[in-house]
Amino acid sequence: MASNKHSIDPDQIIEKEHVVQEGMDISGHWNRMFEQRVIWDYNTEMLDKVTALEGGESLGYCYQCGQCVPVCPVNLVGDYGPRKIFRRVQWGEDLFQSPLLWQCTTCMNCLRVCPKEVDMIQIMPAVRQEAVLEGYVPEELQQAFENTFDYGNPLGESPKKRAAWTKDAGVPVPIMKEKKQAEVLWFVECYPSYHPRGIDASKALARVLNELGVDFGILGVEEKCTCDSQRLAGEIGLFEEFAEQNIKTMKRYKFKKILVTDPHALNALRKEYPKYGGKYDVVHYTTFLAPMLEKLNFTKKLDYKVTFHDPCYLGRHNGEFEAPRQILQALPGVELIEMFRCRENSYCCGGGGGGMWLDGFMADHVSERLSERRVREAVEVGAEVLAVCCPYEVSRFEDAVKSTGNEGKLVVRDIIELVVEAMAAN
Amino acid sequence: MNIIVPVKQVPDLVEELEINDDGTDLDRDYLSYKLNEFDEHALEEALLLKEEHGGTVTVIAFEGDDTDKVLYTAIAKGADRAVKITNDLPPGTPNHVLAKALASVLSGMEYDLILTGVQAADDRDGQLGVLLANYLDVPHVSVVSGVAPSNGAVTVQKEYAGGVMAEFEVDLPAVFGVQAARQTPRYAPVSRVRQVMRQAEIEEVEANDTEANIGSSIRRMFKPEKGAGAEMLEGSPEEIAEKIIKILQEKGIKK
Amino acid sequence: MSQDVFVVAEHLQGKIDDVTYELLGKARELAGQSGGHVVAVLMGSGIQNQAGSLGAADKVLYMDNAALEHFNPESYARALSHILEQNQPRLTLIPNTSMGMDLAAAVSVKNNLPLVAYATDVQIDNGQVVATSQLYGGKINVESVLEGDSSVVSVLAGSFAVDAGKQDGSPEVETVAAPDGLDQTRVRFKNLIQPEGGDVDITQQDILVSVGRGIQSEDNLPMVEELAEALGGALASSRPIVDNKWLPKTRQVGKSGLKVKPKLYFAVGISGAPEHIEGMKDAELIIAINTDPEAPIFEVAHFGVTEDLFDVVPALTEKLKG
Repeated sequence: MASNKHSIDPDQIIEKEHVVQEGMDISGHWNRMFEQRVIWDYNTEMLDKVTALEGGESLGYCYQCGQCVPVCPVNLVGDYGPRKIFRRVQWGEDLFQSPLLWQCTTCMNCLRVCPKEVDMIQIMPAVRQEAVLEGYVPEELQQAFENTFDYGNPLGESPKKRAAWTKDAGVPVPIMKEKKQAEVLWFVECYPSYHPRGIDASKALARVLNELGVDFGILGVEEKCTCDSQRLAGEIGLFEEFAEQNIKTMKRYKFKKILVTDPHALNALRKEYPKYGGKYDVVHYTTFLAPMLEKLNFTKKLDYKVTFHDPCYLGRHNGEFEAPRQILQALPGVELIEMFRCRENSYCCGGGGGGMWLDGFMADHVSERLSERRVREAVEVGAEVLAVCCPYEVSRFEDAVKSTGNEGKLVVRDIIELVVEAMAAN
Repeated sequence: MNIIVPVKQVPDLVEELEINDDGTDLDRDYLSYKLNEFDEHALEEALLLKEEHGGTVTVIAFEGDDTDKVLYTAIAKGADRAVKITNDLPPGTPNHVLAKALASVLSGMEYDLILTGVQAADDRDGQLGVLLANYLDVPHVSVVSGVAPSNGAVTVQKEYAGGVMAEFEVDLPAVFGVQAARQTPRYAPVSRVRQVMRQAEIEEVEANDTEANIGSSIRRMFKPEKGAGAEMLEGSPEEIAEKIIKILQEKGIKK
Repeated sequence: MSQDVFVVAEHLQGKIDDVTYELLGKARELAGQSGGHVVAVLMGSGIQNQAGSLGAADKVLYMDNAALEHFNPESYARALSHILEQNQPRLTLIPNTSMGMDLAAAVSVKNNLPLVAYATDVQIDNGQVVATSQLYGGKINVESVLEGDSSVVSVLAGSFAVDAGKQDGSPEVETVAAPDGLDQTRVRFKNLIQPEGGDVDITQQDILVSVGRGIQSEDNLPMVEELAEALGGALASSRPIVDNKWLPKTRQVGKSGLKVKPKLYFAVGISGAPEHIEGMKDAELIIAINTDPEAPIFEVAHFGVTEDLFDVVPALTEKLKG
């Protein structure tokens, strides 16, 4: 950190016990105001480095109102916050090499309240990209990048096994390579393809799609990570590499709509892929299913007190707050309780913007994981089920349920799992 | 210091390996390949030496699956030259042959140091680096974890079991089998790899000697017997504890 | 040309390494089949008395030279090449260790001998030497036939029992003259660096209790440590525990840590990533506790428990303490 230039040299404070100015006696402590007020300039080198980047400009707009700090999920468990970033960079901290750089989950709650539109969703990837190019990248994140480049998924799983989950899905899951065209292309994404709890949700969704008679297909082994979180974590090259591949693959097939399980894929396909020539009608599965609920025959009563965690990339980033709630409320017996932080002001599970692959790093900077904080909030409102609809969240919250000692009190379920449970007798 | 790093693609162990119908080789139709992880360390150590002491790093690979990606990635990390040996040496070619081919290519090049990965997952007939050094008749040390130049020679540390290390001074040129670089192999940002793919060139050479006496042939490949899995112990914690103690007693671990 | 089976003795700091005895034991069996003798090759300086611990050999070929005082990849390879050139044994077994790696491939080229490395078994089958190598990260075994009248196999440590080859005695010791100019080397030994002391060597422990992510917090370590003490063993761990700096790197088992082969490996809250399994799968007895019945650790474990470790570990500790 640069030397602190802001402390006032006591020798420069002159308090004159007796002063007579223009014939008036102005003796007293307050006469220090007659001293030249010390005004100092900041060396703006570090700030300029950020604002010179494409996407980094808005950091310079900050006028330190501080509205962003109380809504920042990381600040709540650590010493962080967008305002603080601006201030520390202004004081000469090199953001490119600072641990501050990797703590933002790009949840977007700061941008929601910022009167100056300081946009961390642009600033973070821009600065991180430079840091990645310079080799300042936390090791666990580097591993996720390498896995993605080598295998097309951050988990480092075999790309040949991307559709392996379909084998015991219990219902047909057509592959586009054979089917060639479908009404709906289901872009499954990595965690729903490989993570055991993600697979649970994928199987559930496959069952519901079959039940509804939806004409759908998946890309199977041809699908690659959309890399939205890798992009936000600074690996824009990786994003571009796989965006090109995915767009090329999807060009081969005919479909009207893309259905996604993962809000991060929703964000990428909807907002980023058009920049690379891939324009699609993309919809999250909750949005897709909400208007079709009456076609599902719910026979089992779920006497659960359920609370819902809005995924940052479904809610704040893509404006969908209602569909998940409509589905939950349609399930017989479910009592939906809201947490204090919900909808636009929802908390963050900590997995976004690369946080999914920075748990070890974050442990050194926060008093508890964001997911742990959120699980405690769910328990506090008396929920028995924490319902989610983003594949990052199930494993993160389940770990947090264990580590906060709430096993037996709270279970974490994907909404689609609850839907299938309510259809149990069919 | 001019450093050459020969690298090798090995079957990716993330994938399930299948054996071909003859039972004498892997079923290579469905294999994917990955750069030998120890070669990544050799490259990292070479790049660190270059950054500290100047010189060049040349990466050499045998033509095959994804070789270009490996070479471009090496350039993106900071290597100066990438060379591809174009002889038809399919994956699984014995190291004696690869070492001979490398030796014939390297004999026409200037170098001070050759860093190889200490071993690879398919080194059936010995480690590439030691074979190469002996074909070239230059000194070698394997299982090296630190390389530092000193007065026209280099000092290296060789790891033994139990954490003991030996320090050697070695005249140049020399071949070292690198166990681990001083730091985790660096990341090659994909945007840089993509840029390199557009701009950099891979040199192609043909080795004029690929004849080596291997003196052995594969009779059979098979998967090691997989354990039947664990026998699960059930009951209350106390009951389980008692069962465990009984097992320990039966095995003579606890009286 | 002989039917003898040679074993290159490995020693460090005046102590013959156990792998030498493992190979001598195997060599006895092979020499019985080939109709030759077991010959130990001992290279060093002033260590003739070590021959007494190589009693499982019929004969010890001893080369004494100042250039062999410490292991040196160049002088040792030249010395061994010289000995093999003179004797042409049917088979030479070399440990596939740090030292052995520098010798086996070197004499393969220098003496033009077939070499098979990473062997876990060697047989003489119808007069042919057949070696089984453990390759591809232990996923595939490869059986090779070595051609010719003389060949080299480098054998992984831990492949054979130590006992069969660990015999004191007074084998015939034949001193061999060193080749000329053995001290003229391009590789010069400088010194040995001892490991930083203080911590236990988990590779030398018979009993290891190893902890993984499942213990959730550093505060739970003492609970597991207590179990290790009650069992008379030491605490080891998987990588995440070391990454979190809850335990030093010296305790890490696995690919990027240490490979261990204890009599008992007690895995507590370890799911069993392949990188971890690589480091412990050869333990004689593996007991694993993990709440996930699908955890891969149960594929290599002999006994498994899916009850909560926070209940089982204290119960077991208490019962062990009696």
